[in-house]
Amino acid sequence: MHEMSIAAAVVEQVGRVALQRGATAVTTVRLDVGELAGVVPRALDFCFALACEGTALEGAALETRTVPARARCGPCDVEWHPGMPPDLVCPRCGGARAELRAGRELHIRDVEWADRPLHTHG
Amino acid sequence: MCRTTDLRQAVLARNDDSAQALRAELTARGAIAVNMLSSPGSGKTALLESELALARERGVPVAALTADLATENDAKRLARAGVPVRQVLTDGLCHIEAVMLRGYVAGWLPARTQLLFVENVGNLVCPAAYDLGESLRVTLVSVTEGEDKPLKYPGAFGLANLVVLTKTDIAAAVGFDQETFLGNVARVNPGVEVVFTSARSGQGIGVLLERALAVRDGAEVHRPVMTRTATHDHAHSATGHRSPSLTIQHHGHGHDHDHGDHTHAHDQQSPPAPASAAPHPDHDALPHSHRYDHPTVDRW
Repeated sequence: MHEMSIAAAVVEQVGRVALQRGATAVTTVRLDVGELAGVVPRALDFCFALACEGTALEGAALETRTVPARARCGPCDVEWHPGMPPDLVCPRCGGARAELRAGRELHIRDVEWADRPLHTHG
Repeated sequence: MCRTTDLRQAVLARNDDSAQALRAELTARGAIAVNMLSSPGSGKTALLESELALARERGVPVAALTADLATENDAKRLARAGVPVRQVLTDGLCHIEAVMLRGYVAGWLPARTQLLFVENVGNLVCPAAYDLGESLRVTLVSVTEGEDKPLKYPGAFGLANLVVLTKTDIAAAVGFDQETFLGNVARVNPGVEVVFTSARSGQGIGVLLERALAVRDGAEVHRPVMTRTATHDHAHSATGHRSPSLTIQHHGHGHDHDHGDHTHAHDQQSPPAPASAAPHPDHDALPHSHRYDHPTVDRW
């Protein structure tokens, strides 16, 4: 269960940007999570709420967009959805020369800021 | 009033940065790290004991860092090979991250070291996501774990530069289906080499050491399909792994667990440990040159 570490990384990164930009509260964080990124969005959602407590992100919503995996064999010019568990062998040549065009993303896409804190502490 | 900012940041960017820095530091001193992933009980420690002993016999300067949730048992076993060993206790954390490893390597890793073996926490899920700055990632699996393990844990197997099958001496007894296993490995990681080993029979012992030394000497590693990604938002490592950022706070960093600041020079010999501190039954059978050394222990 490394989703807590992932959530903490998101909170830390967004919090740092908030500080740089003088934003006082974050309303929404949007993530792209590839289906092969090894992260469970529901577990991440749970951890995110915990990681946000007492930070500028407290009360922020997490919106996760799952990015489907796509593999491509360049020499064959074939692209396919590897599925789960992924089949990364080229369906045309049976070779191992493919690359993963998408599916391992773990990115903060964008963040929505509120001009005033959503919560006051103390 | 709300405003939206496009961030487009990799969540694990900070870990990636630490991993890149550590990889560069190690390369600059002529060393590489080998990241070893497996489930608990797959035989990582037994294999590593053999590889470390062989390295010592051959005069190859190696070191090992082993991470567990608790106990120093693995470090005690590895230290009997007579090479520098460091135990890291995660106090429950399921994986280690690059910044942690970098912190432990600094000031500890002997200058001559060529290979640093990192025995990751026994777990096939979480450690797979974290680049530790290794130049060779090895995923191990024993014949008792089932042929479909690579399909159940595609991250761990799909990102490996090398796969090691362990405990092959009991393959027949447990009905291990080698062909199915190899097919499953090839599905998630086509082209990866699979090494067959048995710490008990000696099969394949020394191959890991050879592969690691080859990488250290500049040989190209297998690049898994899963690491050949089309994202361009941050740097890729030599092995194509991308690691996450570290934000977990460590407590008691550098705590030295009753061993003082004992460090392990390559040739250092400690007196034999008292019987109560020698947990392994065949301790007395070890040649004197492989006497038990106290490993360094850290907690966070």
